[in-house]
Amino acid sequence: MIDDGKALFLQIAERVEDEIVDGTLAEESQAPSTNELAAFHRINPATAAKGVSMLVDKGVLYKRRGIGMFVAPGARDLLLAERRAAFADAYLRPLLTEARRIGLSPDDVRALISEHATPTTP
Amino acid sequence: MDPVIEVHHLTKRYKDTLALDDVSFQIERNAIYGFLGRNGAGKTTAMSILTAQNFATSGSVRVFGENPYENPRVLSRVCFVRESQKYPDEANAKTAFASARLFFPNWDQDLADELIDAFRLPMKTVTKKLSRGQLSAVGVIIGLASRAEITFFDEPYLGLDAVARQIFYDRLLQDYAEHPRTIILSSHLIDEISNLIERVLVIDEGRIIMDQSVDDARGQATNIVGDAALIDGFIRGREVLHRESLGRVASVTLLGQLSAEERREVAAAGLDLAPVPLQQLIVRLTQRSGDAAGTSTISTEGALR
Repeated sequence: MIDDGKALFLQIAERVEDEIVDGTLAEESQAPSTNELAAFHRINPATAAKGVSMLVDKGVLYKRRGIGMFVAPGARDLLLAERRAAFADAYLRPLLTEARRIGLSPDDVRALISEHATPTTP
Repeated sequence: MDPVIEVHHLTKRYKDTLALDDVSFQIERNAIYGFLGRNGAGKTTAMSILTAQNFATSGSVRVFGENPYENPRVLSRVCFVRESQKYPDEANAKTAFASARLFFPNWDQDLADELIDAFRLPMKTVTKKLSRGQLSAVGVIIGLASRAEITFFDEPYLGLDAVARQIFYDRLLQDYAEHPRTIILSSHLIDEISNLIERVLVIDEGRIIMDQSVDDARGQATNIVGDAALIDGFIRGREVLHRESLGRVASVTLLGQLSAEERREVAAAGLDLAPVPLQQLIVRLTQRSGDAAGTSTISTEGALR
């Protein structure tokens, strides 16, 4: 589940972001606490705290004194914009690299995408 | 930084053997450390000196700012769970816990009782007749329930099966979250503890060869796999920790981080980048320092286990 290479606090932050992006964690709802994240992912609480504070710095979470962490309004749009900007690097480049390796042209890839794309909208 | 332990130029010599060679490091308050290294690297010697169970040949050791020797102000706040703890002949788990309870001011009996249940530890069997795993469980329970401000666990898992080790790791994290303190975990099972620890201290042949946060350590090296000729072009001028090849394919472990630009370059050339797990990094580093000293014998992946 946890990948060895990437800094652990980034992976923890990404898990929380995933839940915000797919709507599991709604804006203005309470986010998991540092200790809950540490216990669930079986990681050092300081690492979990680092992930949470990164999300606070980014404006994804905010702190309500004495209550805990909450998802900031606008967090989902912020994350969607960020992920869309990173999409080409993260997914298209490796896709095209592998396509080239096995002799598929960009047109072949395009055709495959149309063939596999389902008409459902998110 | 708020150190609870400060070690300066610590040296320990046993007749012809230099167990610790001019070692200096600090341990921060309220963090979990991994204290790692091969057998005979000096881990237990260092922990024994820090807990006043052994003498330094030279150098200085400060625990909570004081010399730990015959110093009850320091020692009642420190718990050392030894791998080969000896108990009196007639002792059983019950009497061992009763003595620990007297010695450690923060002892939590409820926690001890919960752990006794979790490890299914027989309380009345004399310690001589307990299995290796049950003896380890006694040590783990004392280490956790003592809630000492500094706790050393020296290979606490010997004889514990995978389930019992997971109980230990889970309870350690849970109790640490509720009662932050300094934990120093010496282990060969680096993969198992790499997510629990915040900082890593690696000792090899009596010297500290790594002292940094686990996050920094993880980013310290990269594996590149692919066409040997392409890789050789790319790695020119870089520090290579390890290289192996199979036909035209090479796998190289590089020290140092790659920039985003370099990563793209590598990917575009059809080479694969893979992260280096902490355990592998430490194996490579301890192999390298052995090679450099000309004392390396056969180096194998399993050597650190």
